[in-house]
Amino acid sequence: MVEATMNYDEAISKFDPVLGLEVHVELGTNTKMFCGCSTVFGAPPNTQVCPVCLGLPGALPALNKIGVESAIRIGLALNCEIAEWCRFARKNYFYPDMPKNFQTSQYDEPIAFEGYLDVEIDTDEGRKTFRVPIERAHMEEDTGKNSHVGGATGRIHGADYSLVDYNRAGIPLIEIVTKPITGTGKYAPEVAKAYVAALRDILRGLGVSDVKMEQGSLRCDVNLSLRETPESKLGTRSETKNVNSLRSVERAVRYEVSRHAARLAAGDTVVQETRHWHEDTGISTSGRAKSDAEDYRYFPEPDLLPIAPSREWVEELRAALPENPAVRRARLVADWGLSEIDMNTVVNSGALDLIVEAVDAGVDPAAARKWWTGELSRIANDRGIELEELPVTPAHLKRLEELISAGSLNDKLARQALEGVIVGEGDIDEIVKARGLAVVSDDGPLLAAIDEALAADPAVAETIKSGKLAAAGSVVGAVMKATRGQADAARVRELLFEKLGVSE
Amino acid sequence: MSDLIRKDASELAGLVSSGEVSAVEVAQAHLDRIAAVDGEVHAFLHVDTEGALVSAAAVDAKVKAGDKLSVLAGVPLGLKDILATNGLPTTCGSRILDGWIPPYDATVVTKLREAGVVILGKTNMDEFAMGSSTEHSAFGPTHNPWDLERIPGGSGGGSSACVSSFEAPLAIGTDTGGSIRQPAAVTGSVGVKPTYGGVSRYGIVALASSLDQAGPCARNVLDTALLHSVIAGHDPMDATSINAPVPDVVAAAKRADIKGMKVGIVKELGGEGYQAGVRSRFEESVALIESLGAEVVEVSCPSFPAALAAYYLILPSEASSNLAKFDGIRFGNRVGDDGSKSVEQVMSETRAAGFGSEVIRRIILGTYALSAGYYDAYYGQAQKVRTLIKQDFDAAFAKVDVLISPTAPTTAFKIGEKLDDPLAMYLNDVATIPVNMAGLPGMSLPIGLAPEDNLPVGLQIIAPAMADDRLYNVGAAIERELLAKWGGPILGMAPELAGA
Amino acid sequence: MSGISQEDVAHLARLAHIDIPADQLGHYAKQLDAILNAVAEVSSLDTANVAAMSHPVPMTNVFREDIPGVSLTAEQALSGAPAVEDERFRVPRILDEE
Repeated sequence: MVEATMNYDEAISKFDPVLGLEVHVELGTNTKMFCGCSTVFGAPPNTQVCPVCLGLPGALPALNKIGVESAIRIGLALNCEIAEWCRFARKNYFYPDMPKNFQTSQYDEPIAFEGYLDVEIDTDEGRKTFRVPIERAHMEEDTGKNSHVGGATGRIHGADYSLVDYNRAGIPLIEIVTKPITGTGKYAPEVAKAYVAALRDILRGLGVSDVKMEQGSLRCDVNLSLRETPESKLGTRSETKNVNSLRSVERAVRYEVSRHAARLAAGDTVVQETRHWHEDTGISTSGRAKSDAEDYRYFPEPDLLPIAPSREWVEELRAALPENPAVRRARLVADWGLSEIDMNTVVNSGALDLIVEAVDAGVDPAAARKWWTGELSRIANDRGIELEELPVTPAHLKRLEELISAGSLNDKLARQALEGVIVGEGDIDEIVKARGLAVVSDDGPLLAAIDEALAADPAVAETIKSGKLAAAGSVVGAVMKATRGQADAARVRELLFEKLGVSE
Repeated sequence: MSDLIRKDASELAGLVSSGEVSAVEVAQAHLDRIAAVDGEVHAFLHVDTEGALVSAAAVDAKVKAGDKLSVLAGVPLGLKDILATNGLPTTCGSRILDGWIPPYDATVVTKLREAGVVILGKTNMDEFAMGSSTEHSAFGPTHNPWDLERIPGGSGGGSSACVSSFEAPLAIGTDTGGSIRQPAAVTGSVGVKPTYGGVSRYGIVALASSLDQAGPCARNVLDTALLHSVIAGHDPMDATSINAPVPDVVAAAKRADIKGMKVGIVKELGGEGYQAGVRSRFEESVALIESLGAEVVEVSCPSFPAALAAYYLILPSEASSNLAKFDGIRFGNRVGDDGSKSVEQVMSETRAAGFGSEVIRRIILGTYALSAGYYDAYYGQAQKVRTLIKQDFDAAFAKVDVLISPTAPTTAFKIGEKLDDPLAMYLNDVATIPVNMAGLPGMSLPIGLAPEDNLPVGLQIIAPAMADDRLYNVGAAIERELLAKWGGPILGMAPELAGA
Repeated sequence: MSGISQEDVAHLARLAHIDIPADQLGHYAKQLDAILNAVAEVSSLDTANVAAMSHPVPMTNVFREDIPGVSLTAEQALSGAPAVEDERFRVPRILDEE
């Protein structure tokens, strides 16, 4: 059922939004949280399961150290305190995708708590920082995956039955929960999106997750409530699940503000419920009402012993944390002399780390950026692979740039050399030699080629002499073609003008 | 009937390894015994004739090849049906698992197989180990070989009965509140609950995770120690497994010297509520211990009277969660799936049909104790009482080396006598429960028959955590004197079974 | 401390997913009431300054290295399932999303 909504601007003029965000991150560990099964995405159903993650009678959990370490690192990167002692707890409820009918999670003793994340957004008054308060980050395990069979839609409602694949069951999850985020006013959607984006960047920088929202390794629930004024007490909130892209985070907040406002303005109450976001239609629909039947009967997990991370371990992990992505970005923008827009292009291309590596190896930032966001992105895209999978190293780019500055390669030849690297023909010098890639620097062959080109098109010399210098392009092109690209185009142009006695 | 069935495990292992008797002969003798008497006793739920003979033959092949054998190679054993066995049915005495065949072995089973112990089959038990009589098995009760109208104890009545009826010289039990020790006491056999964490729980269907512990059952202290040494040790698959050397229980069983030891009688575990014959045999044991040069003192553990109550909150709470996985989705039987019902309804019907009334009672009780608003008063409070119990033990062990008490307040009662009175049934475990609550090791040792009913009485010996060896030292010292006094094992006094 | 009704038992049975027939609710209520009265003894001790004990072994930080182990095959995984389709566990229709 589509519910009434109020225009967003009107809604925000009447009510003050309070946001809450719950983000689930699937860790990129080799194995699951409590067993040695692989976590690789996309395996055939029920092939990455064992007695533990299938919840077979008698099986017991054994805790993945990297899962704990990742949780601590995430906590530290989010400015959290790390518990000196904490336990897992069982969250008891029945659901067919949950093998044990309880989820091994953390309850009142999360491993990380009381943190914050600063995010920047554009406002009417320019760029502004919002501090998002973080309540906790805790460890838990993922569930299996249901697919619904029968009925018209393949959705849960109307299905005849369901099929369950437990490959995902037991993959480590970190749930990161904010405190109520107040004071955003009309920027609630932007703050929500910026928070999730910043969180994603941090998690990527930590290397703890591939943070692919489309594959579900980063999942977001949006909690929202409205109140009359910032001084009023908190209103009833809705919890919108399945918000699985950055754009959807923004849209879902906007939609829920409009929906809540319409209800409140009409004198209705907001129902405390779980809602589902629909990416295609841009609306949320009602799921399950919270009820008293929801009694999770948490108690300390007896099969797992308490975790007491030593302060030495925590400090060791803190010292090894990568630079905060936002801080790093600001530093690089300044160092490289980029605009924010250029930096966005770099970040969106996924090439930032590769460019940094190249620059650290001595490649000029502009050149590194040009190669990684241009030619190399195109190649990776054509091949349907990630940039990181290309066999191009900082040393390759460095040598390429040296040859270009020395004038022995031009852009076109440099691209051919890279092509050689990618198909595995060796290092740059080997490829240049083997493929015979060298700018023709001897003027003799160039002058001969110019003469040939002018002879083939007798009119062009006059046109150029008459001052239409642009016509030189066709001659230069013909020469480049004749020399199979190995000529220095600028030199050809120079020689041509010299010969015709014109100056630029 | 072959006399092989009356031999001790240690003796059988010697005969097999020396080649005097083949492991196949030993296995066959016990399989014959099972065929002859298990119709009366009903200790076994599943007898694996073929598997037993195959593993016995493998031991014989090793003997022929001159390979080194483990201390119990070729010795038959009954396995409580709560341990997962790859390729062998595992029911936990429950209809809900009838026909389930696990795709993996419990760690204890792996260790037994590696040691060449011959698994004869799976033994009967109270459903999911909930009970003290084995009457709560969905597949019918086990009968006490001393008197077939009486219970063999529980939950591991199948394991105690198979040992005491000479169907197997060894058995594995599990003990959450006394399920190895109380059956041992009422059948005149020896049973040990090791230190919590001493034996891996991996592959043992959990009742109450923080209390469960598997352990050895046998007819004498040395055999019990040998089996203990085979199954104990650190297991990375069980996070609560202790990563430390296993106490040398076999050496302790051979030492059998308690001169100069301090032995404490737990004041709260005895006296009123304990059968007269149980008390008199216990008092005789105290005199015997003193005669062996140990000093006996009385110690008080004031929180123990609340242990039973705390136990009957902690156990159902953990069990209600542990048993949630039995829903007819991934394994086991499913009931009511006619295509029209929701998964919730089918799960609920499956569980109602698959669980017996005692299991349902405890799941409901545990669900209640954990639910919002009651947690602090029940589960939370019980966990605090648990701390007090541990503190009482700590204080006691500051003064003495081991503690003793009767294992159970009474001898074996009649089948059906307490079935409709859960509270009366729970009282059987009053002396054994504090040991589980604190995670300590405990042994039950036969100390004679109660004069009024000629049924076995057990002595409980309790040691500090990871001092399991003390149980065997003390137990073996007492056993040696009693064997001399009786002129042979206590089980020699048991009536012959008709089948034999 | 107790006083458990048939309605309480029905609610708990729903939470525990056990379909107890209506005519047995009274029986269970009576037994549970008796048991709860007995276990109320846990409140007889003073535990004001006592910590709760969740684990009987005094150990912490028991971890496993992040190294893959052996998984079951799909055939083994599905071997005990009451209903299977398409290498997956087949379950009756699910009424609601979690």
